[in-house]
Amino acid sequence: MIDIIKHFINVISNPTISFTLLTVLAPLLFPPTDWFEKYHFKFGFNRLWKKEGAYFMFSCITLFLIAGYTDEFAIKILTKPDNIPIVLMFYLIPLTLWLAMNQAYNNDERLARGEAPLEQNDPKDKVLVWPDLVYIELICLLLFMVFLIVWSVYIGAPLEEPANPAATPNPSKAPWYFLGLQEMLVYFDPWIAGIIFPIFIMGGLMAIPYIDTNKKGQGYYSFKERRIAIFIFMYGWLALWVYLIIVGTFFRGPNWNFYGPFELWDAHKVEALSNVNLSEYLWVKAWNQGLPENILAREFLGFVVVILYFVVPPAILAKTYLKEFYLKIGSTRYSTIMFFGLAMLSLPIKMYLRWTINLKYIIAIPEWFFNI
Amino acid sequence: MAKPTASIGKNENSTTDNSVDRKGFISWMTVGWVAFSAATGGFFTMMIRFLFPNVLFEPPQSFKIGYPDDFTKGMVDIRFKKKYAVWIVRDQSGLYALSTVCTHLGCTPNWLNTEQKFKCPCHGSGFRKTGVNFEGPAPRPLERFKVYRAEDGQIVVDKTKKFQQEKGEWENPESFLELA
Ligand code: FES
Repeated sequence: MIDIIKHFINVISNPTISFTLLTVLAPLLFPPTDWFEKYHFKFGFNRLWKKEGAYFMFSCITLFLIAGYTDEFAIKILTKPDNIPIVLMFYLIPLTLWLAMNQAYNNDERLARGEAPLEQNDPKDKVLVWPDLVYIELICLLLFMVFLIVWSVYIGAPLEEPANPAATPNPSKAPWYFLGLQEMLVYFDPWIAGIIFPIFIMGGLMAIPYIDTNKKGQGYYSFKERRIAIFIFMYGWLALWVYLIIVGTFFRGPNWNFYGPFELWDAHKVEALSNVNLSEYLWVKAWNQGLPENILAREFLGFVVVILYFVVPPAILAKTYLKEFYLKIGSTRYSTIMFFGLAMLSLPIKMYLRWTINLKYIIAIPEWFFNI
Repeated sequence: MAKPTASIGKNENSTTDNSVDRKGFISWMTVGWVAFSAATGGFFTMMIRFLFPNVLFEPPQSFKIGYPDDFTKGMVDIRFKKKYAVWIVRDQSGLYALSTVCTHLGCTPNWLNTEQKFKCPCHGSGFRKTGVNFEGPAPRPLERFKVYRAEDGQIVVDKTKKFQQEKGEWENPESFLELA
């Protein structure tokens, strides 16, 4: 029985399946529209944010960890000192998520009944940032440092042998918090995944308060009043960051091939992954010719696709589905949101293109170090 | 000239004053600042030392790898990977030297003989025996180095001159050695 479950987990871990599941589940867990909300309640996803949901998530994670610690392959990943923070995160992420969503749903019910959110009952007196808050932060910082030092001494913090350029461990994994980046590097040129995207992520997060000036939900938890914003953020955070860290930790093995968490890391697992650039699809496969000499002629389709991707959907949406939104927030905010949103969306699109048709780069100009 | 009257913390009228006087204060301050600067200086020296590698990898840029007979047709020779970071590939018509630096982000791939490919453990780029990239994110083929025969008949690899396929440089006769 347990073997069947493990096998099942191995099968659905394949990113084509697990990422699709996640993408389908995301709007059901955090319904951004009425339509999704209907099914959210119909399938009982709202109960995840009630008490029983907390017990349910806790037991699932614990069962997974028990299965993992008793499995000859998974235990190697789980007990690696590098990976302990991830094991902690298995509990911490659902816990913090549940705490926020639980209060948000409580408030949503109160608001629906015409009452004020629960936070209105908080004491009205104020404390100062300095010294009251800073003081608490200092104590937390000290306690946390002590904890980190004790912990790192206890596990003999994993320093490895001196660097040797001839011996690259296989697989070579970044520290756990960078595994999301490392996974992005599989799908994009190093310039884009290593430099442009991190800048976009930080810039985009910093831009949120300036582009999202909605006053709703300030000072109290609420899901319903901010459902679209929360959905977008949750998808970016859970599917495009946390999930990629999990992929990097648990699903990537020797030669950076995919393996299930309960699968033997067979270094000779062969996966045929011959990648093809869009220009090769066009000129060689569709038109049966050689690639043209001129770089711009060779890559013209890629440029067209990229430019259309960033121009056409925002323009159409501004005229139709998002018309009111566009008029409300103005063109600067609108185009900023669209630009960051489309950049974010390009990651899953590119991942799917790689998994399904082995597409490597949409624009491929290695001569200029310009690949998208 | 009037004597400065400032003192620290004590009523200056008190006659039984055992607090630190001005001179003592200054010397204590000096001691304190010297100790502080020494500690900070030591700390930053260690920090800067930390930025320099403990192990340096600087093999000669040009080296002899042996005679043509030392290499078997159709084989990838990995003997020089560790010391010089090159693979020597002997094909039917000759021999060339491939750089062991992945063109994606610079990890060192492994030669997988059964699969006849170089495979990078960092993001999974794969390269054929020729060095041409065919899977994973690496945007261009591995680089080749200049190879030539020395006067004594040995083969020399010169890493100061590299040849990139995407620039059409593999056509250059210096980028491979014709052997019978
Ligand atoms: S460094 Fe070799 S695949 Fe990224």
